[in-house]
Amino acid sequence: MTIDWINFTPWPSLTGGLLIGLATAVLLLFNGKIAGISGIVGGLFRPVSGDVKWRIAFVLGLVLAPLAFSLFAALPKARIDADSSVLIAAGLLVGLGTRYGSGCTSGHGVCGLSRLSPRSFAATAVFMAAGFLTVFIVRHLIS
Amino acid sequence: MQLLIAFISGLMFGVGLIISGMTNPAKVIGFLDLAGAWDMSLALVMIGAILVGLIAFHIAAKRPKALLGDLMRLPTARQVDLRLIGGALVFGVGWGLAGYCPGPALVSIISGGSKPVIFVASMLAGMGIFEIQDRLAHKKR
Repeated sequence: MTIDWINFTPWPSLTGGLLIGLATAVLLLFNGKIAGISGIVGGLFRPVSGDVKWRIAFVLGLVLAPLAFSLFAALPKARIDADSSVLIAAGLLVGLGTRYGSGCTSGHGVCGLSRLSPRSFAATAVFMAAGFLTVFIVRHLIS
Repeated sequence: MQLLIAFISGLMFGVGLIISGMTNPAKVIGFLDLAGAWDMSLALVMIGAILVGLIAFHIAAKRPKALLGDLMRLPTARQVDLRLIGGALVFGVGWGLAGYCPGPALVSIISGGSKPVIFVASMLAGMGIFEIQDRLAHKKR
């Protein structure tokens, strides 16, 4: 393993993380809800009266975040190497996996670890390991 | 009021993802690529978020109700089962393939061109398939 110091962005990443934590804290302490993205979106597939609008409001906030950000600074560039077929396969796996696994990076990785949930520790360890292994196979074994 | 809070929380969450670098799939894959040149930035995103989260969940655990009067809805499941592990495994493979997890993909749909839109559409389809399968399984029982 070598460390990529050129792309290492400790301060923005830590600051962004703190802001994500703060957003989680706001939703939890004011509304009593868990800021797990896949859970919030997934819940829209089984609408329960009184439990729909806040989900839409949260997702709307997420989707509009780049507009808010661009009022203050230029949006950072993003590079997506995956082509359409890979994106479709990856999207399906992420959609299925997060619902069967009851959470994603936010629900398990941030909220679950913050409340010291054994399920979330297990899930986070598994999806991180699967992510590491997938990138290893795609980057170093196949190509 | 709850709706405004949810909107603001989503907005803050999304801006946090943008600042942190999570909305750049190449950076996410740089973090997942342990055998290459490892970009450890994203570990700091998690550490930052969990530092605040620990405090928030510590406070929340002692309160039956949220500040705006709703019940505190914390997950109650305890069991580590095959469904959890299998789901996490499948999610991790998808995450590693594209470099997107659900939050950053949603944040990118209006500013990131067609690729995040394709990913999100497919992700929603995956969630829909889960929903259909789950309902059929419940009917059988």
